[in-house]
Amino acid sequence: MSDDLDWLEAQSIYILREAYSRIKPLAMLWSLGKDSNVMIWLAKKAFLGRVPFPVMHLDTGLEFPETYAFRDRYADEWGLELIKDACPPLEATDPTLPHNSRIAARKTLGLKEAIEKYQLNGVIAGIRRDEQATRAKERVFSPRSEDGAWDFRDQPPELWDHFSSELPPGVHMRIHPLLHWTELDVWRYIQRENIPVVPLYFAREGKRFRSLGEIGITFPIDSQAGDIEQVIAELEVTREPERAGRAMDHDSEDAFERLRVAGYM
Amino acid sequence: MNLTDRIKAAAATQRSRAFPIVIVGHVDHGKSTLVGRLLHETGALPNGKVEQLRAVSEKRGLEFEWSFLLDALQVERDQGITVDTTQIWFHTAQRRYVIIDAPGHKEFLKNMVTGAAQADAAILVVDAAQGLAEQTRRHAYLLHLLGLRQVAVAVNKIDLIGYDAARFKAVAEDVRGYLAGIGIQAAAIVPVSAKQGDNIAERGQLLPWYQGLTLLEALDAFPARAALGDQPLRLPIQDLYRIDDKRVIVGRIESGSLKLGDRLRFTPGGREARVASLEAWKGAQPPLEANAGESIAFTMDEDVFVERGSLASGTDQPPQEGSRILARLFWLDKEPLKAGQRLTLKLGTAEVDALVETIEEVIDVETLRPAAADHVERNGVARVVLRARKPLALDIYETLPRTGRGVLTRNFHIVAGFVVESAEGGALADITKVDTSVTFADRARLNGHRGGVLWLTGLSAAGKSTVAMAAMQQLFARGRQVYVLDGDNVRHGLNSDLGFTPEARAENMRRLAEVAKLMADAGLIVLVAAISPMRAERARVRGIVGEGFKEIYVSADLDTCRQRDPKGLYKRAFAGEIANFTGVSAAYEAPEQPELELNTGKLSVAQAAERLAAFAESAFLA
Repeated sequence: MSDDLDWLEAQSIYILREAYSRIKPLAMLWSLGKDSNVMIWLAKKAFLGRVPFPVMHLDTGLEFPETYAFRDRYADEWGLELIKDACPPLEATDPTLPHNSRIAARKTLGLKEAIEKYQLNGVIAGIRRDEQATRAKERVFSPRSEDGAWDFRDQPPELWDHFSSELPPGVHMRIHPLLHWTELDVWRYIQRENIPVVPLYFAREGKRFRSLGEIGITFPIDSQAGDIEQVIAELEVTREPERAGRAMDHDSEDAFERLRVAGYM
Repeated sequence: MNLTDRIKAAAATQRSRAFPIVIVGHVDHGKSTLVGRLLHETGALPNGKVEQLRAVSEKRGLEFEWSFLLDALQVERDQGITVDTTQIWFHTAQRRYVIIDAPGHKEFLKNMVTGAAQADAAILVVDAAQGLAEQTRRHAYLLHLLGLRQVAVAVNKIDLIGYDAARFKAVAEDVRGYLAGIGIQAAAIVPVSAKQGDNIAERGQLLPWYQGLTLLEALDAFPARAALGDQPLRLPIQDLYRIDDKRVIVGRIESGSLKLGDRLRFTPGGREARVASLEAWKGAQPPLEANAGESIAFTMDEDVFVERGSLASGTDQPPQEGSRILARLFWLDKEPLKAGQRLTLKLGTAEVDALVETIEEVIDVETLRPAAADHVERNGVARVVLRARKPLALDIYETLPRTGRGVLTRNFHIVAGFVVESAEGGALADITKVDTSVTFADRARLNGHRGGVLWLTGLSAAGKSTVAMAAMQQLFARGRQVYVLDGDNVRHGLNSDLGFTPEARAENMRRLAEVAKLMADAGLIVLVAAISPMRAERARVRGIVGEGFKEIYVSADLDTCRQRDPKGLYKRAFAGEIANFTGVSAAYEAPEQPELELNTGKLSVAQAAERLAAFAESAFLA
């Protein structure tokens, strides 16, 4: 293979096909962000045009209007079986969590409900190792206990692309087909494949969203990058972390770890 | 070059495949610190990260530690050790890297293996003062087993020994010698101080006696992964999709390449067909060929039988087909590995039950000497013979690594990784064996005991079923193949058409005996609980079952049974509500020479079960 993007793509397709072959029923999380769009694109490639499992948007009701418009347009255009159940309210989350984390924790609860409601054994999520330090420690196939908790102290070994695919009762699997991609890889692939993304990623009046989340806990960064080319040029030299605009990551030293241990993506 | 220049120079290299390197070594020899320093010196750290870490360190009353960068989990920072492997990217002017930091504590070896298995090269970190330590050797040995041959050694904390050239030389010799013993030639042995930054990116000022490469130069000198395209084609089949009218086969090419019209061979089985099409989504022009590393979808010109687990190859240089595998493995489970254990073997996409036939030798990673052993402890390395229940396609690891290695799983988890040294017993051997089938002796060897029938006779409520169940639990716990055939239960199913006339009772007994015999032939120890009151009846059963029949008399006198009467049957029988009730209105002929008598009037259930299980063990010894 000539290109590093080809290699990344082939690895992700291999993972998606393993998941589909080994774990059923399965659903894919669609946050509507750039990474999960790439994931849907890869699924279309893996399964030759049809995404053979439902795609779930954990809806907090707090997405930007552009994000909702994007969802409705591409769910239709890509022929997706879309699940868009509303997440439980803020009051249902762990009150000891910092405020911004509680907004994010609504998604954890929404996911828990969906797993129960649709009897899911596997959930495909578009997290990447380079995004955040606890995500860097993740496995490609990551088993979760009944309440969705991540036992990071005792993760199963994973080697030579042999993943843990058998599930004890009460356990579901998180599958991470983009774990080995970087932010820059994702943008270069979006450029190469011409994958649509929410326009909020591109600068308007000197601001753009580098990481897209809920209104109120996600903030734009200073940027002049108005198109993909400029975004890539910006990322090649930046020393700012990708999730700098995510309030929930900065609530306290271990806020994000607590969220993830409890089942957040 | 200053930092800004380095970042600029490196920007262009970001569009290359990240070269994966793993950092291994003994706990506390400074792996995470080295990684932190590497990231800092290559400008890979985000703005504010170092300041943030300084603040965190201060808050905890600790000296600033580079390792806090990678030890992302609270527990890791609290205890100051790395628990799980992590990955982080950086780049030099030469190329892009992804660094895999592996834990050095022996508790977390499975995480180290997980990290190292993804790498193309390794940095082995050795403390200059301490030299080679237990996990240094174990990690090095595992690198070798995992197929990693590109290793650079960082002799760390050189500042703490006062930049002593003689000490460095001694450690370097030691390391070189050990690595040579396992077939690894270190590309460079570099004296470094991760803490002070000596010889990482910049040459250290305090060790003019060292003229070799800096660590970054050593990394840049590693050749990129060799192309796999020139090797023989190996394509493990992942799945089959039905799309419209097409039967599409999918998988990833592990080595070699294929093109439209190529004749493929599928192992095991050896069926052949030609590639009719390569499929793609959004491909106006579907590809005409595919290479190693690609995940592909294709159709065949004939409808040959193919399933997940098949390995496609060209018609020349096909893989081996084997069921008996001599493998070198590393064991990761808390429970030791023993001969006779059954596990699931995964190789490529094939998955098959396997038996650990023998443990040939366990390798002491300190001395590299093999020794005989009957088990392999956690984190141990051994050569074993694995017998797969059916033949599978494989290669010898030294020839084609990607299809010559696999894992063993047990209880939902990977417990071992192995590489194939040799294999035998494929399809050809099986064809000649078809007529002779699997013998009674074969099953006995597999199970570790022979099949047989323990026929428990006695009055109703004598305790036959209770004792049988308790004995079964004990035998099962010892790994015996054991089953209880309860006369009452069989009457609900197989014999539900039978009543209680003398003819029907005789037929009931005959069927029970025949089923027990079949199960014994299948290798099981069968515990039958049936009143079977007549001597002649039991003699007939003995005739049906043959040599493996053992008569067990569960003796409890009528009064005892009548007092127990768990189902209230005696009460009803004495009231005249049940006709022909054994012991009340029909005779019970006690055995004259039972193989074993269990007087449950005197023995507790546990005692009786204990004796029965012990009897079974000696009676059906393999």
